[in-house]
Amino acid sequence: MITLTDQSFDPGALLTAFCQGRTETGAVATFTGLARAEQGDTTTLELEAYPGFTEAAIGKIAEEAKARFELHDFHIVHRVGKIMPGEAIVFVATAAAHRRAAFEACDFLMDYLKSRAPFWKKESGPTGERWIEPRAQDHTDIARWETSKS
Amino acid sequence: MARVLLFGRLSDIAGWRSRDIDSASLGALRDLLSGEDAGLGEALAAPGVQIALDQAIVRGDAVLSARSEVAFLPPMSGG
Repeated sequence: MITLTDQSFDPGALLTAFCQGRTETGAVATFTGLARAEQGDTTTLELEAYPGFTEAAIGKIAEEAKARFELHDFHIVHRVGKIMPGEAIVFVATAAAHRRAAFEACDFLMDYLKSRAPFWKKESGPTGERWIEPRAQDHTDIARWETSKS
Repeated sequence: MARVLLFGRLSDIAGWRSRDIDSASLGALRDLLSGEDAGLGEALAAPGVQIALDQAIVRGDAVLSARSEVAFLPPMSGG
């Protein structure tokens, strides 16, 4: 499942719901990303998506991850709109028979979301506004999955 | 009239997010936008800017119809 929301969410509640009713899933891995204050440099973060296109693009990569890592299920929640420091921006949960696949699929999906998913992110603070684009490290991270097919 | 959408820093540079513009092709649309606003033209030509036509990424030129949706997408970053 893929959810884009302009409301804050509770990662613990999402994890509890995700785990429910699974009798064949041996492993659930999750990642939660929080908005950083950057020592006061960032007072708000604003995330823009392209409605329809963004969900479809994430759906395509999530289905690829599901096949590649033999996932039983996944849940991706991503915030859009204004976000305050300390709030959760992204939540990824993956379910698989065993832990390695769940960990790797979660890692893969986050690398994709950081550098390829159709979101645009602007930080605002006392020194003004700036658009955040993927760092060199983000490109290195996603490239790992292109060379090491597991 | 094609619906033209700008995302991320492109809409800040242009001062608009969505406009209906008469144009026969993507190439003609780029020329028209650059002619109106050189700063926007430069930003649209910057490396990493992709174009989605009717929500599918396209490379090179393409014909536009009256109901086309053209989105200019600067480098993406989520999480």
